Amino acid sequence: MQPTWLWKLSFVDLSLWAFRAAVMVLVAWGTVGTLAAATYSGETWIELFVFGLSQGSVYALIALGYTMVYGILRMINFAHGEVFMSGAYTAYFVAEALASTGALNRNPIPSLLAVLAVSMATSTLVALLLERIAYRPLWRAPRLVPLISAIGASFFLQYAFRGLYGSGFKAYPEAEILRGKWIIAGVSVLRSQAVVVVAAVLMMLGLYAFVMRTRTGTAMRAVSEDREVAALMGIDVDRVIVVTFAVGAAMAGAAGFLYALVFKQVHFFMGFVPGIKAFTAAVLGGIGNIPGAMLGGLFLGLFESVGPILILDGLGIVAPYQLKDVITFTMLVMVLIFRPSGILGERLAVKKA
Amino acid sequence: MTGARRLWGGAARTGLVWGAVAVFLALVGMVEAFAGRQIIAGVVSLGLTLLFLTGLASGYQAARLRPDGHATLALLRGALAGTAAGAAVAGLVIAGRLLNLRRVFVSASPTLFALLSLDQGAGGAYLPVAAGAAAGALGAAGPLLTGRARRPLLLGLGSVLALGLFQDLLDPVLRATAAGMAVRDALFADQGLSVSGALIAFLVVGGGSAVWAGQGATVREWVLQLPASPRTALRLLALGLGTVLLLLLPLGAGPFLSMVLVLVGLYTLMGLGLNLEVGFAGLLDLGFVAFFAIGAYTVGLLTAAGGLAIAQFSFWTAVPIAVAVSLIAGVILGVPVLRIRGDYLAIATLGFGEIVRLLVLSDFLRPWLGGSQGVLGIPKPALFGFELRGPEQLFYLTLAASVLVAFVAMRLRDSRLGRAWMALREDEDVAEAMGINLVNVKLLAYGLGAACAGLSGAIFAVMVGSVFPHSFQLLISINVLALIIVGGMGSMPGVVVGALFLVGLPELLREFAEFRFLVYGAALVLMMQLRPEGLWPTAVIRRELHESQRAVDSQPAG
Amino acid sequence: MALLTSRNLTKRFGGLVALNELDLEVEEQSVHSIIGPNGAGKTTFFNLVTGFYEPEAGEIRFNGVQIDGLRPDLITRQGIARTYQNIRLFANMTALENILVGMHPHLQSTWIGTVVRSPSTRREETSATRAAQDLLYFVGLQGRGDFLAKNLPYGAQRRLEIARALASRPKLLLLDEPTAGMTSGETVETMAFIRRLREELGLTILLIEHNMRVVMEVSDRVTVLDYGEKIAEGQPGEVQKNARVIEAYLGRRKWGRAAEAEDA
Repeated sequence: MQPTWLWKLSFVDLSLWAFRAAVMVLVAWGTVGTLAAATYSGETWIELFVFGLSQGSVYALIALGYTMVYGILRMINFAHGEVFMSGAYTAYFVAEALASTGALNRNPIPSLLAVLAVSMATSTLVALLLERIAYRPLWRAPRLVPLISAIGASFFLQYAFRGLYGSGFKAYPEAEILRGKWIIAGVSVLRSQAVVVVAAVLMMLGLYAFVMRTRTGTAMRAVSEDREVAALMGIDVDRVIVVTFAVGAAMAGAAGFLYALVFKQVHFFMGFVPGIKAFTAAVLGGIGNIPGAMLGGLFLGLFESVGPILILDGLGIVAPYQLKDVITFTMLVMVLIFRPSGILGERLAVKKA
Repeated sequence: MTGARRLWGGAARTGLVWGAVAVFLALVGMVEAFAGRQIIAGVVSLGLTLLFLTGLASGYQAARLRPDGHATLALLRGALAGTAAGAAVAGLVIAGRLLNLRRVFVSASPTLFALLSLDQGAGGAYLPVAAGAAAGALGAAGPLLTGRARRPLLLGLGSVLALGLFQDLLDPVLRATAAGMAVRDALFADQGLSVSGALIAFLVVGGGSAVWAGQGATVREWVLQLPASPRTALRLLALGLGTVLLLLLPLGAGPFLSMVLVLVGLYTLMGLGLNLEVGFAGLLDLGFVAFFAIGAYTVGLLTAAGGLAIAQFSFWTAVPIAVAVSLIAGVILGVPVLRIRGDYLAIATLGFGEIVRLLVLSDFLRPWLGGSQGVLGIPKPALFGFELRGPEQLFYLTLAASVLVAFVAMRLRDSRLGRAWMALREDEDVAEAMGINLVNVKLLAYGLGAACAGLSGAIFAVMVGSVFPHSFQLLISINVLALIIVGGMGSMPGVVVGALFLVGLPELLREFAEFRFLVYGAALVLMMQLRPEGLWPTAVIRRELHESQRAVDSQPAG
Repeated sequence: MALLTSRNLTKRFGGLVALNELDLEVEEQSVHSIIGPNGAGKTTFFNLVTGFYEPEAGEIRFNGVQIDGLRPDLITRQGIARTYQNIRLFANMTALENILVGMHPHLQSTWIGTVVRSPSTRREETSATRAAQDLLYFVGLQGRGDFLAKNLPYGAQRRLEIARALASRPKLLLLDEPTAGMTSGETVETMAFIRRLREELGLTILLIEHNMRVVMEVSDRVTVLDYGEKIAEGQPGEVQKNARVIEAYLGRRKWGRAAEAEDA
């Protein structure tokens, strides 16, 4: 008879271990190579860093919607990227109108706030319709059914907005006060990017306070802990779900506005890739975990901005930025394989027997 | 009293919801784009049919608010709902005249508003209201009809719509023969059906259905009364007839239709493969396109004439290699995700699919895979000195491959492995506790599924004659998953039905390309609510539904 | 000789000790019951034996082979089968298919053999189906092989679960509350059935049971757990009189933290 210790040393563990080691070696090799070559100046790194932070805060805001909905419904809202797009795209017309009347530069702050408000409102409206039409009837269905419905809704929203607003890229008007750079602590930073980071952080703090301090927030946490028990405690679960969708969508709408400040254009397909990235961020932080989504988003944004040069350049790969999404997806896969509970850990334990 | 008020209020609300749908259809551009498409030449366009349908639907729904109520009241409710829907459209027309909606909505053109007010200028705003009221009343009449009258009516109208829609497709087929030519002249005008043609179609189909409703039961009984051996013979005859028709299909269909059929076949192949994973073993996979790409690239690199090729094999040598490579790739990519479950698995495989595509696309691997230029100059396969040149010939290749894969899948389903897969789908932990080696069983599912996708990709490569990374979007993975679910999870005929509906139909309606995904998305959402078990569910699920239906029926009323 | 032995077996969930240094011996061809209040660690012990959990400390030996930490499928192949407290059948498969899945470790056919339908595969399928029918008959479910498992009545589901476990031809059968939710008539039938399992099939049976009447009548030996510790062991009559057992059952019946851990 075989010795039993041999049985325990499984082939799966071995290959996973080899996979992890290979990725780590590649990352280390590339990083050392890049740093040793010293092709890039400190200024470049700072630029990349700040850009990464601003892009990451957009991801973080979108990721909140994924994480909150997953926490409560255990469902991937595949159409959340489109919710984000709908706000940014609709608000474009407001921004455009404000720019053409000159209001954007005469009263920049109220104007920008108006654009933000429209973006958030539109996203919220779209998400509420989405929940009402595509998800709520499927509450008790097997898990694949809502996922397919969400995929369908995602297509529908993309092409509905394409039909309504047109298929071309639209250039977002830029407010003068957001042009140029600020010198912050001796480092020059693009104004738009600094504003995006600060605004996103404020939003996230607000959301965190809402979830931790208000009655509704407490109800949300209770429902995500155990829906049945929460219902027995007299919590209106339907309402909590609606509020969750609304709050997540409002964050996505804000993210849409901030995205437009950084990237300065909108398009009907703009929600898809950031949607997947934000989902990655949510997984990275531990899905269902609100601070996790925030951290995951920032981390992903940073890594995506700095990573291609830091890792791939040193490996001698041509055009490393073409592979930035490979880095993202590799990270996603690695987290799912090795630490499915995310950086901060997921609250829901895996049930076995 | 309040009950009645609620009823009328409900009707008005229903009408407004459908009105919103109509306004949406107008603003999204469908009405105008479809206005050019004549269903009945010079009388009815598809665009207006669409609007009219929203009116009908509002009336139908309003009448159903109280199904057993008074008929006149139901009609009035329908008319009210239709009026409300029409009013919404009228509101849009008026708004369009007063404001420049076009700054936001690209489709809000003067042509659209002219269409909506039936070319009556500013005074025509009342027309949608009147049309809505009429449509609503008509829709409300629907539930009042007996089943006997409703069925032929609906079938007749449906056939007129279908004939009008598919005129361009039928045209070349009908032109091919003298008899077909005669049918064509009787039914069609240059654009759409002629008025008399529409009437003929309506009467023939509607009448036929009415006759069948009378006689069909007798015929069915007659067949059921036949002794066993002639019945088997009858079934064999039908099967043989079906096979012959299938084999003759490309000859009559022409290159375009054949092309669509080949596409349906390729998706069927992938669907059958993914069905092993998702339908049988319950392993959600959204990165399936990677194996399609691997199959295509393997054939490309092994057979192409260009500089990238590493060999000059014939297609028949390359295909088994491509299938084997895909199978191995499936196993290799399966290993890391062995311990991931459920939704997470979908996302992880999605990640792998994207990684493969991005790598293929990158300049980094360009010297080997051609980057965005892809691999060009893939020769067509030859069989016994006969070149499978066009889609008509490739159709047979696809058909043969699909039949082979379906056969394998069918055998596997009723085997030890198939049962292990199902157990895995039902309860992974208990399956493992039953002595099933999860690693082997899962990797077999991934590998065999990937092999099917690889085969599909191999045929795809020779069909197109070149492979580009852009052919391997995430969309394909999603499409394949969706077609399995629309067909019915785990059901193999369902895969074919799903492919026909989600791949074939949109290809045929390609001229509406802009709205293809809009309709597709809406169809998926609706389908999940109305028929989540799929169009052709497995026998087990069908029986299940039947049983639960019986349970509902046998419950005492009240 | 003892068929199953655990030494010093410990399992923790976070800070909670679900099972503490448990020593247990199950004699061959005996019916051994484990009793104790909810959350005492009974099901945890089953999950450790079948490989669902890995212990923090200690070892489990079956038939002389160390099995703790082994993958569940390999443990099953050693000859251990179980049922579940809350029935876990493959709901959307037929009764017959459920049993055929249970036979999985003893079937040899490969996927290639299946596709080409080799003679050996065909022979094996035929004999497996016949054996499965026999098992259905043995548990009194003859003629219901085509029913979906979830459509069977409750008692039949319990029996089907046992049949599925028997299909793997175990030496040791773990039954987790087989009479839960049964009427007293069904309970009496189940007791007779458990005796038959030992007498006709020569099985060793490890039983978790709350119904004291069942425990007293069918068991050869009883182990009492409380808060993860063994507080008594012996023949049914001895255990019944044990002061600590009476205290555990009557004195401070607590439901709470420990019960949650058992469900987790």
